[in-house]
Amino acid sequence: MNKIIELKNVTKSFDGQVVLDNINLYIYDNEFLTLLGPSGCGKTTTLRIIAGFETADEGDVIFMGENINAVPPHKRNVNTVFQRYALFPHLNVFENVAFPLREKRVPKAEIESRVTEMLHLVALTGFEKRSVTSLSGGQQQRVAIARALVNNPKVLLLDEPLAALDLKLRKDMQQELKKIQKATGITFIFVTHDQEEALSMSDTVVVMSEGRIQQIGTPVDIYNEPKNAFVADFIGESNILDGVMLDDRKVSFAGHVFDCVDTGFGKRTPVDVVVRPEDVDIVPEAKGMLRGVVTAVTFLGVYYEIIVDIKGFKWMIQTTDFVDVDEHIGLSIEPDAIHIMAKSEYSGMFGDYSSFSMEMDEIGELEEEQLEELGELVDPDEPAEAPAAESETDA
Amino acid sequence: MKMKPLSKVYTALVLLFLFAPILILLVFSFNQSKSLSVFSGFTLYWYRELFRDAETLKAVRNTLLLAVSSSLLATAMGTAAAVGIHRLRSKYLRAALDTVTNIPMINPDIITGISLMLMFVFVGRLFGAATSLNFATMLIAHITFSLPYVILQVLPKLQQMDKALPEAAMDLGCTPLRAFWKVEIPEILPGVLTGLIMAFTLSLDDFVISYFTAGNGFQTLPIRIYNMTKKTVTPKMYALATIIFFVILALLLISNLSDDDTDRKLKAAREKRKAKRAAAG
Repeated sequence: MNKIIELKNVTKSFDGQVVLDNINLYIYDNEFLTLLGPSGCGKTTTLRIIAGFETADEGDVIFMGENINAVPPHKRNVNTVFQRYALFPHLNVFENVAFPLREKRVPKAEIESRVTEMLHLVALTGFEKRSVTSLSGGQQQRVAIARALVNNPKVLLLDEPLAALDLKLRKDMQQELKKIQKATGITFIFVTHDQEEALSMSDTVVVMSEGRIQQIGTPVDIYNEPKNAFVADFIGESNILDGVMLDDRKVSFAGHVFDCVDTGFGKRTPVDVVVRPEDVDIVPEAKGMLRGVVTAVTFLGVYYEIIVDIKGFKWMIQTTDFVDVDEHIGLSIEPDAIHIMAKSEYSGMFGDYSSFSMEMDEIGELEEEQLEELGELVDPDEPAEAPAAESETDA
Repeated sequence: MKMKPLSKVYTALVLLFLFAPILILLVFSFNQSKSLSVFSGFTLYWYRELFRDAETLKAVRNTLLLAVSSSLLATAMGTAAAVGIHRLRSKYLRAALDTVTNIPMINPDIITGISLMLMFVFVGRLFGAATSLNFATMLIAHITFSLPYVILQVLPKLQQMDKALPEAAMDLGCTPLRAFWKVEIPEILPGVLTGLIMAFTLSLDDFVISYFTAGNGFQTLPIRIYNMTKKTVTPKMYALATIIFFVILALLLISNLSDDDTDRKLKAAREKRKAKRAAAG
């Protein structure tokens, strides 16, 4: 596989605040790569550095073997799909898609055929003469994709392109984007804070937090073998416990010694232990490796999500068996359901469901949305580069 | 909406006070005699008289020349200034510049007029000119007082514009300058046009500042009218005032209609976004 883009020791700060801290990343040809992380983790800034809207304070951006640090955006062979589409309101659908071709002075007949082809690819044939402001969000999204692809870029950058769509449309567009990527063979770099989206679409996922890359891997690797507590918590649900690796394949946590499949940590090494909620079996109390009391049960359709108090640590468990609150149950964990991670700066910050409640989650989300709304009203012209504004677009 | 009788009367009174003077002016511009109390018959005599008055016609030409050139220059400079202010990174600098550009607007005309005159004379003396007030000084004066209004019209349009638009244009192959012409200008055009019309009417309208900065050879219409009222006022003046009123009215209507149009579009877009949010949430 050919490396198409390399980021080497890329560092960037805004107003003295470090947004990207020594980023090293290879992106291969034909790859669907996702930059995944919470608001303000630096994923959008990384994308903007590749597009050329920002310049790195330190480090190099290599594009097909050439350093492009000083190349302005209009000379880079990459195109961007913006979060709010950024379609030109004064041009119709056809002219929006034709825009980059007209800039390149492509002959008229060729423009006609290439735009038609692109609109066909995104299923918007017949919309040529429509005003872009009259389109629905999903249709505007398709125009934005067609416009970014019509130039045959080597790399397509997508900045949370699905964030503004409703759930069902988002799922459809995920499929469609994947299909377009396969059909065109163009490298996609996709930014999102939605872990499900990242897992379902990507060849490679890059998990970022606080301006640093936490883990790079396939979706399966990232989910099954998270490198630290941050990744384990951010991707899916995780119970993360303090443990001690007694020996190869022997780990002690929650007051019990478990068999596991991990090796190479040495003897009596403190570690973080991850157990996914769906990997825990509920057994009669007497047969359990661990014993605890159910404190909460939530019905989620396919399964129940229950919280179990085991010696003060609250576990989340997903089960199809019904158990009742205050019931005493036993838990059984298979060796291959236990994942061991070395201690990191994130140890102890995640993975305990003591404060967990569905209600709290919802309130949190609502606040974020309201803040975004307020931010828009109060200060519509905050420079896009500022970290504050980034969190707005990330949200 | 249905109005109660009392509010109907009130509205009628307000309208009466607003428009009665103009109505009287209009009626008496068609009066056969010079009397202000008796309407002795309809005539277009005063209008004909007006168009025979070479001095006045020259003043009209001067006024239009000044209004066109000053509004065009003020629009170009004001748009450039708004773009510059908009791109400033520092919030404080931006606020400071905003305030500074607003000062000429709240400054009384008479102060602006006197200070400009002083400056022109001072600079003229510095270079040893005998007469320092002429067309150029009036042009500078008119640009000076129109500029803040243009900025005030253009800046909000820039702020409403999606910041990603110029970036998208550059991403698709435009140089920054070309992105500005191809994408930003079409977006802010309604504001630029409103600014142009405002600058034009302000220039047509101005008397005080013009009075202080006009040279001997260059007379604008308001100054001409003022000079004429020093002698006897003939209905010729009513005819002139009537024409001016309707010209300004037409400009106002054009500017309001074009502004309504963009407002409606903006509103529609906002509603749509709200609906989408409601559907998503």
